[in-house]
Amino acid sequence: MPNLAKLAPGSYYLLQGNEAIARGALEAGVQYCAAYPGTPSTEILTNFAQAAKDAGLHAEWSSNEKVATEAALSAAYAGLRTITSMKNAGLNVAMDTLQHINLATLGDQNGAMLVVVADDPQSHASGDEEDTRWVAQMANAPLLEPSNFQEAYEMTKYLFDLSEEFGIFCWLRDYTRLAHARGRVKVGQYKKADRKAKYDRTKMFTPYIAPPKHAILVEKMAKIRERFEESPFNAYEGPENPDLLIVCCGSGAPCSRDAIEELGLEGKVGILKLGTLWPFPSTLVVSHIRKAKRVLIVEEVDPYVETHTKAAVADARLAEPPEILGRVSGHMSYVGENNPDKVIAALCQIFGIEYVARDPEYQAKVDEIAGKMVVNRGLIWCAGCPHRASFYSIGNAIKRDGRNAVVTSDIGCYTMDAFPDGTQLTNTLHCMGGGLGEACGFGQLEQFGFKQPVIGICGDSTFFHASITPLVNAIYNNANMVAIILDNSITAMTGFQPHAGTGRTATQDATAIVSAEELCRTLGCRVEVVDAFDTKASTATLMELLKDEGGVKVLILRRACELQRMREERRHPYKVWVETEKCKGDKCGFCYRVLQCPGVGYDKASGKARILEALCAECGLCADLCPSKAIVKEERA
Amino acid sequence: MAISADPLNLIICGVGGQGNILLSGMVGSAYIKKGSFATIGETFGAAQRGGAVFSSVRVSQKREYGPLIPEGKAHLILGLEPLETLRMVQKYGNPDTVCISNTHPVVPAGVAANRDTYPDIDELKDALSTLTKKAWFLDATSIALELKAPIAMNIVMCGAVLGTEQLTLTADDIKAELQESLPPDRLELNYEALARGMKAVA
Repeated sequence: MPNLAKLAPGSYYLLQGNEAIARGALEAGVQYCAAYPGTPSTEILTNFAQAAKDAGLHAEWSSNEKVATEAALSAAYAGLRTITSMKNAGLNVAMDTLQHINLATLGDQNGAMLVVVADDPQSHASGDEEDTRWVAQMANAPLLEPSNFQEAYEMTKYLFDLSEEFGIFCWLRDYTRLAHARGRVKVGQYKKADRKAKYDRTKMFTPYIAPPKHAILVEKMAKIRERFEESPFNAYEGPENPDLLIVCCGSGAPCSRDAIEELGLEGKVGILKLGTLWPFPSTLVVSHIRKAKRVLIVEEVDPYVETHTKAAVADARLAEPPEILGRVSGHMSYVGENNPDKVIAALCQIFGIEYVARDPEYQAKVDEIAGKMVVNRGLIWCAGCPHRASFYSIGNAIKRDGRNAVVTSDIGCYTMDAFPDGTQLTNTLHCMGGGLGEACGFGQLEQFGFKQPVIGICGDSTFFHASITPLVNAIYNNANMVAIILDNSITAMTGFQPHAGTGRTATQDATAIVSAEELCRTLGCRVEVVDAFDTKASTATLMELLKDEGGVKVLILRRACELQRMREERRHPYKVWVETEKCKGDKCGFCYRVLQCPGVGYDKASGKARILEALCAECGLCADLCPSKAIVKEERA
Repeated sequence: MAISADPLNLIICGVGGQGNILLSGMVGSAYIKKGSFATIGETFGAAQRGGAVFSSVRVSQKREYGPLIPEGKAHLILGLEPLETLRMVQKYGNPDTVCISNTHPVVPAGVAANRDTYPDIDELKDALSTLTKKAWFLDATSIALELKAPIAMNIVMCGAVLGTEQLTLTADDIKAELQESLPPDRLELNYEALARGMKAVA
């Protein structure tokens, strides 16, 4: 990752979409940056943290997205340019604040605020395919969606200026195929920003009382709409009077271009690429639609542009309105991300073209040969991961307890328990903080005859993000439950970000450690802390806590993330090997079938277990648990 | 002779943790320095380690292409793990595709658990040879282990792709990228990894 404060102006760089956004923000004079990690948005703040010392920035990992938004908002009130970035799900946490800001305005100190929301069509790393563009409309925030890397950079710069001019926060829609893709960006001049923060104590900014403020905001949006009608971020390419007009945005633009080229339809199909999505440039869209026979909308995920285009066409009362094709007509799918093949398929359907991606004979050969051989590569915890041990203990305790405990889980690496290769102990799984929140409910069903014990799971970063409030609720309402904090001492899933419990800030400076353990004790919970690798003690403690009917119990299963430990210590703790003569192979299979550690596997040749040296972390867990004591560990000197 | 297609559709695939993303970044950045357009799409999902990972690299002199390659349209597949090479050929290959693959398997969880079977490596190589115009194989993992730097396997594979002369990039182009992304004391080792990869396919 390059230090974005040090790029040479006027040069071309290969930048990730998230890096392009961060560089744009630096050039725009951003000074205050706050975020909570979430794929695919994480690298935006990571880049600010890396550039913080050189660029004189404040860059923080906040406890959650709502706090990040509020922190950034205050810096804007104090006259700075501020940014917060989040994933789609993070927006849901921040939404309460975001709905208010533009009614209240950003104050009178010429501050500016950009909110970047990274959607994840196809749910590569999310629980859903939430299309957040509707929320920008709901919050009355000007919304831009870049269709490439250069635009991500340019739009970021533009939106800071727009935000400052109108005193409202602006919204940039990021998405996986931009955020986590890379392309060519020509960067401009960067100068260290030096605005001083101040606040006029005689002023008040709040959405209360809303209606008159709402009226002012509506006027602002009308003005911005006029500007968007003329914006260079919207552009047409193609024939003067196309047979088909593709109206697209974001990843829809490159996918459409590639599909048109693949089918040789350049003479028939034009592309209107929209960059400004709210307020929607209706007049511009209608002016292009007048010249087209048919229209296809290519966007992701929901029919947002499609809905607005149809509304614009209806308002314009065209004598012969063209057919508008897209999701509703079935030409594009409501589900999943854009790709060139989907647009190719839609164009083939519209123009009646027969398209074969590759020679049918070759296709048949591929299906026969590769179809037989290719096996799935499922997701599973890393070798040495403490969650493997924790779920082993939780499973054991539930089995021995025998009362069918219900497990409500949460978002983190332990989410993988619910995936096909996980242990599938998880019963419900939704969102950050949902583990303890749902446990609150199950834990209060006794009067309705519910007799099963309840286990709510969260991680350490998740605890600080959204689990403290449900814990308080559980205590207050006397829910009977065990809260398990799987403490691997880092935000691991998103790439090892520190959090309030780690003693380090985003810029790697030392800071106070907020102790989850002490906090839970202070709240009045019974708290037990066990090393996650001590599976005997973990199992016994959990069984005891499940029997304890006294309200909320907290079990902290603690052990550092193996990848993070390895980054710091750079050595394996043990030497681990299999004594083949003792191993019962497939008659047992405990290590490779039950524990499912990537570091140990079934060896066809010997019919026994084998340590896979390239992957084994030599943590010693399988040696501790091997029923035949065939796996041996020896401490390294 | 280098592939003359424009756009050039290159796939770099492997398993999380093999250095796939660093490699595709170096290739893309080297092309940009030569004045080309380069776009890279990365598919890694929630996988930190151990999941299937691939990058699609699209290079053009004409315009910026989208990050995703249409199905069946890969010109070159560079595989850091042989099963992953085949997985990519299955979706993106065509009779003119060439591939360069590491032969060292990383077994999936289902194989380690003895639920699935990893294909026999010779059969796997035969399949890749049958389904491509030309296939090069090397045990890049062992070469990197000989250099006492298993992590440099991706650079060995980068050397191999240079050695096949299918791309217009030179060793100097890649060395310039290595200089930008690695600390000085790691350079000699990586130059050596690059050279060993080139030699392995010569």
